[in-house]
Amino acid sequence: MTDETATPKSFEPVPTAPPRSQWADVWRQFRRHKGALFGGGFLVFITLAVLIGPYLWTVDPQKLNIRFKDIRPIYTALWDGDAKVNWAYPLGSDNLGRDILANLLSGGRASMAVGWAAMLISVVIGTVIGVVAGFFKRLDGLFMRFTDLVLSLPILPLLLVAVTLFRQPLRKNFGPETGMFILIVAIIGITSWMQTARIVRGEVLALKEREFILAARSIGTKPFKIITRHLLPNVLSPIMVSATLGLATAIITESALSFLGVGFPSDFPTWGKLLSDAVPRMEEFPERVVLPGLMISLTVLSVNYIGDGLRDALDPRIRGR
Amino acid sequence: MLTYTIRRLLFSIPTLLFISLIIFLLLELAPGDPMAQVPLTVPPEVKQKMREALGLGEPLHIRYVKWLIQFFWVEPQVFIDWLTRDTWLLGWLPDTSFSEGKLRVISWQTRSPVMDIVIQRIPQTLWVVGLAYVVGILIALPIGIYSAYRQYSVFDQAGTFVTMIGFSIPPFFTGPLLIVVFAVGLGWFPSIYDTTHVVRDWASFKIQLQQMIMPVMVLALQTTAQISRFMRSSMLDNLNQDYVRTARAKGLKESVVVMVHVLRNSMIPVVTVIALGIPSIFGGAIITENVFKVNGVGQLLLTALFANDLPMVQTLTFIFALLIVVFNLIADILYGLLDPRIRYD
Repeated sequence: MTDETATPKSFEPVPTAPPRSQWADVWRQFRRHKGALFGGGFLVFITLAVLIGPYLWTVDPQKLNIRFKDIRPIYTALWDGDAKVNWAYPLGSDNLGRDILANLLSGGRASMAVGWAAMLISVVIGTVIGVVAGFFKRLDGLFMRFTDLVLSLPILPLLLVAVTLFRQPLRKNFGPETGMFILIVAIIGITSWMQTARIVRGEVLALKEREFILAARSIGTKPFKIITRHLLPNVLSPIMVSATLGLATAIITESALSFLGVGFPSDFPTWGKLLSDAVPRMEEFPERVVLPGLMISLTVLSVNYIGDGLRDALDPRIRGR
Repeated sequence: MLTYTIRRLLFSIPTLLFISLIIFLLLELAPGDPMAQVPLTVPPEVKQKMREALGLGEPLHIRYVKWLIQFFWVEPQVFIDWLTRDTWLLGWLPDTSFSEGKLRVISWQTRSPVMDIVIQRIPQTLWVVGLAYVVGILIALPIGIYSAYRQYSVFDQAGTFVTMIGFSIPPFFTGPLLIVVFAVGLGWFPSIYDTTHVVRDWASFKIQLQQMIMPVMVLALQTTAQISRFMRSSMLDNLNQDYVRTARAKGLKESVVVMVHVLRNSMIPVVTVIALGIPSIFGGAIITENVFKVNGVGQLLLTALFANDLPMVQTLTFIFALLIVVFNLIADILYGLLDPRIRYD
């Protein structure tokens, strides 16, 4: 390994390569996972599209134009010359003449916002409960019993119940869109932290017995400081992996609620709502089901692949092989 | 093992009580009024009487205890009465009448006992969901075994990709997609599941089969994705163990090594995962039943929810929770029974 001509008399091996940081190593391993790389690229693309897209495609998604209703996407003209297409509506319009491309962009915004917000809530709750249960022995039994209890709740039925029950008061207080957003984000966040908590607790239990924690304790570090300085950076990788999974489930759960008719209102559509609104007429206009469905599926697929790649990249036993 | 089982059984009692309390309190917050549909001309005191007739006059804790008694005490009695009256199994016993004159959990929608309706709906759900689960497992196991045995081969890559897709595509998209392709485009299968269809002969059996294929496939895709991933990683864990090398070294055939030695050990965690997945498939079936209009338990919950039928929602949600607790228990006990290294005591 060492360059013998340069340091012939040195007995210590001198590293020739510059030191690598941990995150550069993680990135190198992550790059080797093709699916994860594609997934990351797609996620960045779709996030930018829904963030910037509405400024480039400035059609109002709610504008009704009954003369130009039921326009097919432009690509149907390839095989069906008589199809009703219009360059002003590249992906067609719905039964009220609303532009589908604009709707997909704004719907994506809502879906991604719900996904990220719900994921953040669930990761924060899960991490706090996991760290506290793992670090403070006295609270462990209580917290983990509670986690087991919540795990044995039937989540989807309870979500349906909770959304139908709290819809009216929240809408009254915050307006139909914000109220619904708060409700759905909060409910998904509150019901999906359990796996994160379990994983984090397991990691913390193992880390707590290591020497560096003992050393930190022996120089009089306060428990809070030990958690923030020494424990949290070390449990970051399982948290990140479960965060990607949480993002995927949050997007799917929100779409499922919208599909079952208890999600967002029709004038503030998410991808799930667009899909469910299109189902009754899917025989004539299959693209209205397929486009939002593809968006949901591809986003979730890419997030899942990122999770897979992250798991490999953050595992020091796999990394570097 | 026995003491462990008993301890777990005892512990599941407070768990179930707590879950039922959570569900009850959640429904208690419901802003909906069961009298909302009654005409405004009905005077308030009559409405109050009607409310009391529905059992809403009592304070909270009394209603909760009454629901508990009805569910855990009266309903089993009804069941025993039915066993001794109508079944061949216990029909030879003298007819019992434990439940005579006792009030059961009554649905506000139909004014008939909730459990009767649930029992009417269970066969549809079991046929579709149960069959989908079995099909999913039957597809998943060979895929998992083979892709672990030939790790990083083309088959393994393809299998991992397909399971990833199965993981990611939600049933409310695969369902309409299948309907568009196979029901509308090709016309092979009906798009709606007809629950009134009776199987009498070969032709009607074929129709039944046709209408079951799509919902079963939608649900089976998800089961396959989860279980084949598990099977693969479990097989991979075992294939590198020392006992596999020993088995090969003593000259056993490769098929015996993989299909007997490795498979049997790899199945231990997979069996528990299969047991754990049974209740969640009931929850996931709500969406699939909604897509294909299957008249099952999930659809019952949805209609009850929208009709503000609180006793029905309460009972159904609790049944789902009961399933989860029971199958968690079964999975843990199975794990202990199958794996001699696990000692719970």
